[in-house]
Amino acid sequence: MTGTETHGGGVRPELLRIEGITKAYPGVVANSDVSFAIGEGEIHALLGENGAGKSTMVKMIYGLIRPDSGQMTLRGAAYQPGKPAEARRLGVAMVFQHFSLFEALNVAENVALGMENPPQMRELSARIRAVSEEYGLPLDPSRMVGDLSAGERQRVEIIRCLLQDPKLLIMDEPTSVLTPQEVEILFKTLRQLSSEGTAILYISHKLEEIRSLCDAATILRRGKVVATCTPRERTAREMAELMVGATLKTPERRVAEKGEVALGVSDLSAASPIPFGTSLKGISFTVAKGEVLGIAGVAGNGQDELLLALSGELKAAPDKVRVASHAVGDLGPVERRKAGLVAAPEDRYGHAAAPDMSLVENAFLTAGVRKGLVRNGFVDWAETRRFAEEIIAAYDVRTPGPDVAARALSGGNLQKFLMGRELMQGASVIVINQPTWGVDAAAAASIRQSILDRAGEGAAVVVISQDLDELLEVSDSFAVLNEGRLTKPRPTEGLTMDQIGLMMGGAHGMEVAHHVG
Amino acid sequence: MLRLEKRPSPSRFWLYATPPVAVLLTMVVGGILFATMGKNPFEVIRTIFWDPVFGEFAFYLRGQLLVKAGPLILIAIGLALGFRAGIWNIGAEGQYIMGAIFGASVGLAVFPTESRLIFPVMVVAGAFGGWVWAMIPAILKTRFNTNEILVSLMLVYVAETILAKASTGFLKNPEGMGFPGSRNFSSYPAAANPELIAGSGLHWGGVAALVTGVLAYILLTRHQAGFQIKLAGQAPRAARFHGVSPTRLVVMCMGISGALAGLAGLFEVTGPAGQISIDFNTGYGFTAIIVAFLGRLNPLGIVLAGFLMALTYVGGEMASTNLGLPDAAIQVFQGMLLFFLLAVDVLTNYRFRLAVGAH
Amino acid sequence: MDFGGINPIILIATLMASAVPILLAALGETVVERSGVLNLGVEGMMIIGALGGFVVAVATGSPFLGFVGGAVAGAALSLIFALLTQVFLANQVATGLALTLFGLGVSSLGGQGYNGIKPPRTGPLLPDALADLPVVGPILFGHDWVVYFSIAMTAVLWWVLKASRVGLIIRAVGESHEAAHALGYKVNRIRLMCIAFGGAMAGMGGAYVSLARVPQWVDGITNGQGWIALAIVVFASWRPWRVMIGAYLFGGITVLQLNLQAAGSQFPVWLLPTLALLALAGDIILREINGKNYSDLRKVFYFFATVNALQLLYLSWGKWIPMPVDYLSMSPYLITILVLVIMSAGRRGTANGAPASLGQNFHASR
Repeated sequence: MTGTETHGGGVRPELLRIEGITKAYPGVVANSDVSFAIGEGEIHALLGENGAGKSTMVKMIYGLIRPDSGQMTLRGAAYQPGKPAEARRLGVAMVFQHFSLFEALNVAENVALGMENPPQMRELSARIRAVSEEYGLPLDPSRMVGDLSAGERQRVEIIRCLLQDPKLLIMDEPTSVLTPQEVEILFKTLRQLSSEGTAILYISHKLEEIRSLCDAATILRRGKVVATCTPRERTAREMAELMVGATLKTPERRVAEKGEVALGVSDLSAASPIPFGTSLKGISFTVAKGEVLGIAGVAGNGQDELLLALSGELKAAPDKVRVASHAVGDLGPVERRKAGLVAAPEDRYGHAAAPDMSLVENAFLTAGVRKGLVRNGFVDWAETRRFAEEIIAAYDVRTPGPDVAARALSGGNLQKFLMGRELMQGASVIVINQPTWGVDAAAAASIRQSILDRAGEGAAVVVISQDLDELLEVSDSFAVLNEGRLTKPRPTEGLTMDQIGLMMGGAHGMEVAHHVG
Repeated sequence: MLRLEKRPSPSRFWLYATPPVAVLLTMVVGGILFATMGKNPFEVIRTIFWDPVFGEFAFYLRGQLLVKAGPLILIAIGLALGFRAGIWNIGAEGQYIMGAIFGASVGLAVFPTESRLIFPVMVVAGAFGGWVWAMIPAILKTRFNTNEILVSLMLVYVAETILAKASTGFLKNPEGMGFPGSRNFSSYPAAANPELIAGSGLHWGGVAALVTGVLAYILLTRHQAGFQIKLAGQAPRAARFHGVSPTRLVVMCMGISGALAGLAGLFEVTGPAGQISIDFNTGYGFTAIIVAFLGRLNPLGIVLAGFLMALTYVGGEMASTNLGLPDAAIQVFQGMLLFFLLAVDVLTNYRFRLAVGAH
Repeated sequence: MDFGGINPIILIATLMASAVPILLAALGETVVERSGVLNLGVEGMMIIGALGGFVVAVATGSPFLGFVGGAVAGAALSLIFALLTQVFLANQVATGLALTLFGLGVSSLGGQGYNGIKPPRTGPLLPDALADLPVVGPILFGHDWVVYFSIAMTAVLWWVLKASRVGLIIRAVGESHEAAHALGYKVNRIRLMCIAFGGAMAGMGGAYVSLARVPQWVDGITNGQGWIALAIVVFASWRPWRVMIGAYLFGGITVLQLNLQAAGSQFPVWLLPTLALLALAGDIILREINGKNYSDLRKVFYFFATVNALQLLYLSWGKWIPMPVDYLSMSPYLITILVLVIMSAGRRGTANGAPASLGQNFHASR
């Protein structure tokens, strides 16, 4: 009786049915009456913006949290996993976006931790090798995970799942850590799995990927299902509007005259202060007044280190970093801000902001120098509060007031506040790592617009991001960080995806394996 | 089932309510403990918390309160600055001892010269002694990344050995007829730290404690250094991003807490204790840790907490002489207070909710 | 075969016994820290174990039950720590300190009336015939069962942490509680069990002090050994066999120091920096072999080399520096500091093998 239609017209037997699932947290309904079904071997997309409730949904399917109401049925039987181990026993496996690998343990140990009854380490290693060859995902079981690239780490997770012959494989934003070429290889693996009968629940907000890979899509908005469709039959724009619920405005850019060089970095090398981090190797580039330089790259290729080296948290020889003609390489963050360089790190909770401190205190965190908020060592809190209120007004930050703790704000709102804090200091050089990470589409658009506005006023801007579409939209020139090295910046206009992919280092030595496999 | 849930913003109410609630809980459980020891719990609690302030001998005991509270406050304020920054100096006892030895040595070296300058110089030497002792773990931490908790604690044992040697050897009173212990400062006016107002218990140590409390409060709330201390403790990476040098912060916090502990030791040895002796130190350096937390690591709170803790000392002695309560019971009582404080503290950042369903 | 009035065979045999309390406590703490929890209350748990063990042994007349009692008492106290840090999410450093202060108070209160009582004796495990063998007899066969137990525990924990599933899970929780939680492991429950195990081991170590080492009840009987155990865990880079080496090293120094104090002999001070120099050289070689960074260590090495050279110069005038006996009792603490410096120099972040989540509390949000 049950079954879902495939694009080929045949009917797949139904694997998992979700009916009327609701899950509420204090202050927010994460999922409200969500229903959809996945057939055996089907690649099903769960599409939605940040905060639409995708992650909550899959955590319920994987048994990490329990729904408040509603039912799930797996192959016709009631399915209520109380913990992930139970889900795994019933054939449901998950590849996480973050937080599920142990850097100081080796590949085999990481795989063993995700299995119920792992075999002896030696046998497990042999099986890891076998499976990794079968699916074209080369991996050495004895290597420390901390030493692996982001793409290789993902292979660890995938193989951990495959070793348990899953019926349903959940993948949470799997391509955010991959180069375009690696994405193609992953898709090949996923199609192979699908043809062998494994269903895949694919969570993403990237529409083109979903159109090329998925058989069906369920679109979530604010916790509710707003549409179900066959992605191949829809345009990306249509799906985007379903997902966002409004027509999107693309940022406008004022074309500024390129001025003289505002930021110059020459042959900058630095060891990473982060455990298992990537060292910077001979980074050189210049950014002129009014120019936006976009720096792409897969996560873990030195982005965090580059930001530390530019913000002043990581020091170098004086002439390695210059703001206008001023050598600042050996100066700390305070002196660099004085010289006109401000920076915004990626991690909002604990790096760019202190989560337990109020917005006023967080405004002081970087604005003390340029806004003249310190007198004889004493902080002018009244003036700081005024500045915080200015940011809140100018960047439409939704908050009860400037005295609430930073952690009380949603990710998007906090990001708007932090972007405002750096962009409103009148700096001549602005460096931002991941300006719109985890931010909903409307807020992301407004953040990009203000970046372009600052550039239009003559600031030199460096945007480091893993979102290629974002970089192509805002940047005048484009470079790629790969294993701590930066390619020579090129004008953004006229770049093709293939060229970008090659700049990003192709597929990290996987082609060989794939030609064989 | 009850379930913990993080509050969006820290609760103001519980920030201030935690210490009184913890004190109440400690009184209840402590009362039960006293009852099992065959004492009347109400009588014991009254003897400890009421009599020293309002009882028959209050005129004398009130002064004792300030005598005990002074060093506790002085040390606890220094510790609190470090604790706020995530720098755990727990060897204040050793810094206290070294401050006393350094300061006393200066005074005894010039005995019996009379000069107005002697006591101020001793004060400086005392602060310097504590500072030096705290600089050992500080520099080992900044240079070699050595754990300051363990090093500062090990140095307490080392300081105790030096103290033993001082009172039986290099600082021994040559006219002491062979008894251990240095000359008594009460008979050397130029180096003594007498009561400033008769019967009040106020000596220079008490004055220093109250002044330090106010200064530290201003530092923490108004000064950039105070902001940096708080930031480093809450979000170390954000502190580096702000521009705090971890090395300077460690040296500053350890230095201040060491110097304050050294001061406390000097004021104690020249005043209430009167002389360097093998056991003139009575564990203030450790009790001050409780005082620091009880005062919510806030200098003004610490002043209050210092008096409360002094109450348990003074009242505890009363209970010991009048009711035969063992001294160790007070130590248990103080430890319990810290436990309850830490437990109740969860309510500042979290709340309990009845979980619907399971998990 | 005497050496400045000290017989090396007796010395080794005694140091093995004298290291037991620290070894047991440090092994327990190793497991606790591997699971990502920093329990600074070892001293408190040890002294509670010392009292609990003493009371039970005196009451029942059985030293074995005494050790069980010590372990139970230590574990019971550690559960307060577990409750506060794992349920109420209290700061681990502060709670550990509170545990020590509380444990010292409780032991002092509960120990009243036990002064001067002799506990039942824990005799050697093996027949005297074996222990009387020359050289190997006292060293290998002359001990009570707890000494063998502590060595066996070292081996067991080494195997558990390295090769067993339980050990893998403990290490995983200590490396990244987020990831362990995402895979469905109950982080706080696993940590709670590790804390209780650590408490039992510390308690048993404490019981060995009051039942075998001293053996009687004295206030403050553990005298900082819990803190030294904590330092040894760092020294050992969280590895059981190295914990044993560390404990024996300190056991040796303590015994030597006590012997020297008793003999009132002149102690060749230069031995200490020389030992440190040898340890450093060994460590540098090890790091060279493993291809690890040791540039900071080199400075320490040069420092000690200079000290040694100066002292050898002094010695060449044919003099010994007299070491005042009174100061000898601080040597275990000074050497602890020295070793801590050597072990932590030049190893920042997780490079020294410290579990990545050490000291951080975990609260599963969404």
